[in-house]
Amino acid sequence: MKGFVNKFGLPRIIIAGFFLVLIFAAAGFQMNMPQFFGDILRRWGMYGILSLAMVPAVQCGIGLNFGISMGIVGGLLGGIIVIQLNIAQIPALVAVHPMFASWVAVMAAILIGVVLATGIGYLYGLLLNRVKGSEMTVTTYVGFSIIAFMNMVWMLLPFDNGELIWPNAGKGMRNTISLASSYSEVMNNTLAVEIGSFVLPTGLLLFFFLMCFLVWLFMRSRTGMAMTAAGANPMFAKAAGINVNRMRLIGTTLSTVLAAVGILVYAQGFGFLQLYNGPMMMGFTSVAAVLIGGATPKRAVIIHVLIGTFLFQGIMTLGLPVVNQVIPEGNLSEVMRMIISNGIILYALAQTKGGDGRE
Amino acid sequence: MNKKAKEFLFENKVVLLFAVLCVCAMIVSGQSLTFVIPELFTRIARNSFMVLSLIIPVIAGLGLNFGIVVGAMAAQIALFATTCLGLTGISGFLITVVLATPIATLFGYLVGSLFNHMKGSEMIGGLVLGYFADGIYQFIFLFVLGGIIPIARKDLMVPTGIGVKNTLDLVDTVKYSLDNVPMLTILEVGFYGFAAVMVISVIVKLVKKQAIDWKKTVLTFAAGVVIYALSYIGPIEQFLAADRLLLLSAVEIVCFGTVIWQVLRLIWAKLRPKKDEEGAEPAVDVRKAVGYILAAAVAYAITYIPAVYDAMMMARLPVMTYLCIAALCGFNSILLRTRLGQNMRTVGQSRVVANAAGINVDKTRIIAMILSTVLGSWGQLIYLQNLGTFQTYGAHQQVGQFAIAALLVGGASVRKATNRQAILGIILFHTLFILSPLAGKELFGDAVIGEYFRVFVSYGIIAMALAMHAWKKVAKVKPEAEHAGDKPEAKSAA
Repeated sequence: MKGFVNKFGLPRIIIAGFFLVLIFAAAGFQMNMPQFFGDILRRWGMYGILSLAMVPAVQCGIGLNFGISMGIVGGLLGGIIVIQLNIAQIPALVAVHPMFASWVAVMAAILIGVVLATGIGYLYGLLLNRVKGSEMTVTTYVGFSIIAFMNMVWMLLPFDNGELIWPNAGKGMRNTISLASSYSEVMNNTLAVEIGSFVLPTGLLLFFFLMCFLVWLFMRSRTGMAMTAAGANPMFAKAAGINVNRMRLIGTTLSTVLAAVGILVYAQGFGFLQLYNGPMMMGFTSVAAVLIGGATPKRAVIIHVLIGTFLFQGIMTLGLPVVNQVIPEGNLSEVMRMIISNGIILYALAQTKGGDGRE
Repeated sequence: MNKKAKEFLFENKVVLLFAVLCVCAMIVSGQSLTFVIPELFTRIARNSFMVLSLIIPVIAGLGLNFGIVVGAMAAQIALFATTCLGLTGISGFLITVVLATPIATLFGYLVGSLFNHMKGSEMIGGLVLGYFADGIYQFIFLFVLGGIIPIARKDLMVPTGIGVKNTLDLVDTVKYSLDNVPMLTILEVGFYGFAAVMVISVIVKLVKKQAIDWKKTVLTFAAGVVIYALSYIGPIEQFLAADRLLLLSAVEIVCFGTVIWQVLRLIWAKLRPKKDEEGAEPAVDVRKAVGYILAAAVAYAITYIPAVYDAMMMARLPVMTYLCIAALCGFNSILLRTRLGQNMRTVGQSRVVANAAGINVDKTRIIAMILSTVLGSWGQLIYLQNLGTFQTYGAHQQVGQFAIAALLVGGASVRKATNRQAILGIILFHTLFILSPLAGKELFGDAVIGEYFRVFVSYGIIAMALAMHAWKKVAKVKPEAEHAGDKPEAKSAA
């Protein structure tokens, strides 16, 4: 029994238990379970790729990547450029099918985001190779800095599409940009299956699984194996002739790219692009999700992403309506998110016993 | 000489960069000194204590204490309690301090114990802990207070009665309670405290049968009495009855004080050069003393420049608050000379060495965290009593970040921080803080961009300091990597 607790970690058992309690409570309160379940699946797909970005980062040895905001801003820029160019409204594309136009738009956004994120991620990786041993501390603040820096950029970028800028001649871009006229929910609605109030977002989940599969394939490849070796034991890997710094660079870049894809998948599911301080804490949410799934700062695999995101988003979805039955007001879900996500990160840090300081 | 100048520039690059930024912002914003100086001195009074409370953990090797947020929460819990009880004025403030101290001690102990489990990742741990504690704090203030613990004061709660209001007004309770303590009271209390200390030390010495230097004791006591008696002279009493000191007067007092002190020291050195020949005391450095006198004279002369004079006539310093800040500076430097302080320094340099020297590393680190957390909670109280409004859910959130950024702007690093750096940092950081929205408005026609800029600066400076620290650590391990480190350093500084 004790070995079981040690293996999974007490907080994970508590969180999983809490999720079960919430399910039973929701059922007990006669809530609309099919709808909730659809919601959980939707959020699973939305947040999944952002959490997936942790896998290459952890495996290549840079640890939990709190700085996925670096990739997120790349994705946001891609999303904005597509709206500025009105790709989803191009008549030739719409003529085929409105959904097709939306898919072209979101794919174009992802493509631009990936290109930008590759560049950003490469530079970011160069920085991280110089701060070995303190990556987590540095990534957190570099991530915050880029968000703060982009706040100024969002104010100054010369975009002029009516969807992007404030309607009455205010300066800069809007806080939240509606995607209703471009690619809102395009993945969710593709091949969606409706059974009563349960909606299965097939397209979204397929895309999520596709991404997971690609990352899984990559981790199985020669490069991926070398990367895992470099992350697990740099000295040994070096002796085996692996260029550790290059592997870390690849892992960081891949993580950044996945973050760019992730934020766009998130945005299309949410229906809005959030600029300014919106993505500030995304890194923390994603880190918490993989940790809940069983990852450590030294090891993270796809299954951790799948389980962790599902549990975390399940609690987030069910928590508010259930708790509101007991305490009828207030923003408890935000408080719950803060306690759960930061609590699990603290736990993981305390478990590693000086994980990022080598003396 | 040229090399020395280069070295100086490199050592102080951060400070110089920010000094230049401040001057630029000043010119761009087109604001006069009469606006900036009073505003700046208000902010120095408000924030210094918090920034100074960060120094001890840096010395003890815990790095920048992002966990200071927890101290601020302890202060706010205590403040809510005393506001509930309706305590006002300086007595209310002191009771809040007394109440906040044990809470902060407990929190500090917990934080220190947690940090002992994550040696080497204290900074990221402290940051995450801040968010975690914020979640619990919000849970308490939003749901427990009123929801589980009944609160009699309905005016402090939201209309439903569950959860505390967003903003609590402190105008009728503790606003300016510390700032408004008159100098006369300070002197009086100080005198009684001084007398009590004298008497107690004499009694203790008598009981322990130690030798007492009666001449020295009586002379010291007489000096105290004379200073206190001076306050009964009409004009002096009138001057001291105020609670604020004009900045001009403060500068004058400091200038004259420096001159008199240095002259006395010079005379002292001339009078008894032979007696100390064997050199127990270091000789007074005449050149240094003359330098101080000249500096004081120049500073005094500057006050005659009309623009500076006007600005200095506008700023009024809350004496008691500044005394508290000075006392904390004194505490920091005295602590370092004690055995505990030396232990902290050893632990900060190397835990292995400290352990080998028989120092209880974990305990020393916990003590450092407790001290920092308690001081931080006091700092938050000083901040709130000056501000006069208590943002229940927001007052603590940015505290750690801005305090740490200010410390770093002054030239401190993850491993080294001094009082001087803290004060310098506060001056530069807050000058930029005041000016950047105004400069943003002039440059881009929008104040918001200036606000974003200052937030970026505070994040950026911390990111840069952390990266540079990590870099040095890696470079130390691999000396050959040192040269490769030059170029990207400039990039992250940009």
